[in-house]
Amino acid sequence: MAAQIYLNVAVSGLLTGLVYGLMALGLSVIFGVVRVVNFAHGEMMTIAMYLAIVCFTALKLDPLLMVIPIAAVLFAFGYALQAGLINPFINRPEHSQFILLVAIGMIIVNLLLIIFGPDARNVQTSYAFDSFEIGTVIVDATKVYAGIATLVVAAALFVFFRFTAVGKAIRACADNYTGALVVGLDVKRLYALTFGIGAACVGAAGVMLVLLVDVTPALGPTLTLLAFIIVITGGLGSMPGALIGGVLIGLTEAMAGLLFTPSAKSMFSFGLLVLVLLFRPQGILGKRAA
Amino acid sequence: MIQLLTDGAQPRSLVLLGLLLVVLVAAPWLANDYLLTVLITILYFAYTGQAWNVMMGFAGQLSLGHAIYVGLGAYTAAALYVHFGVAPWIGLPAAIAVAMACGAIIGFLAFRFGVAGVYFAILTIAFAEFARIGFDHFTWVNGSSGFFLPVANYSHNDLWNLRGNPTMFYYLMLVLTAAAFVLCHVLMKSRMGYYWLAIREDEAAARSLGIDTFRYKMYAVVISAGMTAIAGVFFAFYYNNLFPEQVFHISRSIELILGPIIGGIGTLFGPIIGAFLLTGLSELMQNLMNAVGFDVPGAKHVFYGVCLLLVVLLLPGGVWPWLARLIGVTRGQS
Repeated sequence: MAAQIYLNVAVSGLLTGLVYGLMALGLSVIFGVVRVVNFAHGEMMTIAMYLAIVCFTALKLDPLLMVIPIAAVLFAFGYALQAGLINPFINRPEHSQFILLVAIGMIIVNLLLIIFGPDARNVQTSYAFDSFEIGTVIVDATKVYAGIATLVVAAALFVFFRFTAVGKAIRACADNYTGALVVGLDVKRLYALTFGIGAACVGAAGVMLVLLVDVTPALGPTLTLLAFIIVITGGLGSMPGALIGGVLIGLTEAMAGLLFTPSAKSMFSFGLLVLVLLFRPQGILGKRAA
Repeated sequence: MIQLLTDGAQPRSLVLLGLLLVVLVAAPWLANDYLLTVLITILYFAYTGQAWNVMMGFAGQLSLGHAIYVGLGAYTAAALYVHFGVAPWIGLPAAIAVAMACGAIIGFLAFRFGVAGVYFAILTIAFAEFARIGFDHFTWVNGSSGFFLPVANYSHNDLWNLRGNPTMFYYLMLVLTAAAFVLCHVLMKSRMGYYWLAIREDEAAARSLGIDTFRYKMYAVVISAGMTAIAGVFFAFYYNNLFPEQVFHISRSIELILGPIIGGIGTLFGPIIGAFLLTGLSELMQNLMNAVGFDVPGAKHVFYGVCLLLVVLLLPGGVWPWLARLIGVTRGQS
């Protein structure tokens, strides 16, 4: 009996962790290429979550159908943000970039607060209470769908970065900024594209997360922190690292919630983060920075 | 001492500084209760900004978790006062010691293990968040339900136990801010100040010149932590209530560092100017919105965010370097 509970919680944590992983993937892609830490990451995710809620309540569109359209909207948002505001800051010191993104995050949180108010919102899908039973393990259907969608998006990204010309150009910018400029790549446009891709990832993750948790405007900063923890645990700039970090944090939180009190669960994530920073600062899969 | 402080400063800047000090000393007679509380907030942020600036502005170590030092200082002094009846002036050294020890642990771990840049900033966030959740479950200080000090009797001022009216707290904060200013000035002109500057500009070069960068970075963290803890003690006895969710929250850390960044990192006047601008702007917005009856929650912060955006876009070095050029006091006040 007890083992069964642990297994159920572990599977549930693992699937939630995959969605966290997709969110963190966006952050990792942005940092890996543009070298800017997106302090408005969770806030961008809440935008996607509210978009999904609006589509669902006003137009009766299922969130899972909206993953791609909303990701596209977030892509445009991210592209515009990088092209308009962040590109001039690329060579500025870190604290300057930090203030810029904190300001953007603050504007997003409070605009959402003005539009939607402080109350928690969610979507009630027809399959919200469905579950799959595999042997003794019972899994929520929504978590399975969200987990599968995450893997699909992640796979698409791997293909994009490995096999397409644009993807290779972006990796070139990440590897050597000056070299990319020398061979004639339009680095600023590629940066904007990268930020757009990162934003699309977090958008897709947001749409799926809305199936799992309630959203309030204040959720943004919490998600930003969560994304940091995951990305650093997995390795900043490493794409598989972000997914593995997400799963690890999802598992840790689920287990800590079961074994201790749920309110203390993120303490364990922060503890894990501190350990990783001290003993393997480059993250589990990250490469040691020069 | 006076010679050391005024060395290299222009007469004009000394006159302006004197004027500012006179206005601030006279403020309780000129301002009403509301304005006085706003001024206390401004001085509080000027002081904490100055403390943070030692670490970031002088030594180049970006801390995004300074709320941990405020919180540890506040909780140490408050717990000693409530549980053992220890007066805040006796609790103060303990508060400073606890915060310094915490700073030393964070600094030691980070600098020994080579955690730097963005990673260091996120490590500081992690420690602050860890403390926030830890204190939420720390029953000795009532966990998340909040820790309260017996409310002050406003009929008379008891400076020893820090119970009294806002005017007393105002002067206390003014003295602290002035002391921090002088201390930072001395630090900046000291040998250590120049070592910090070297570390901030190019750590590898500083080390190759024989500067013990580990030791001087540790000094910066520990001094900054201790100074911040004093503000924490003030915070506890001024507001009389402490909630981990408020005291240790990351938004406190961010609030604290916006002033010096807006005002101008690494300058002595930056944190003060920044605190005046940000708190003043925020209160002004609130009053404007009350006046026109447009009181939507969040509207103030949207405006705040836009202002931040504009300052960081248009004045990358902060407001003070620009203002200093404008009023012609650039020499000697770097």
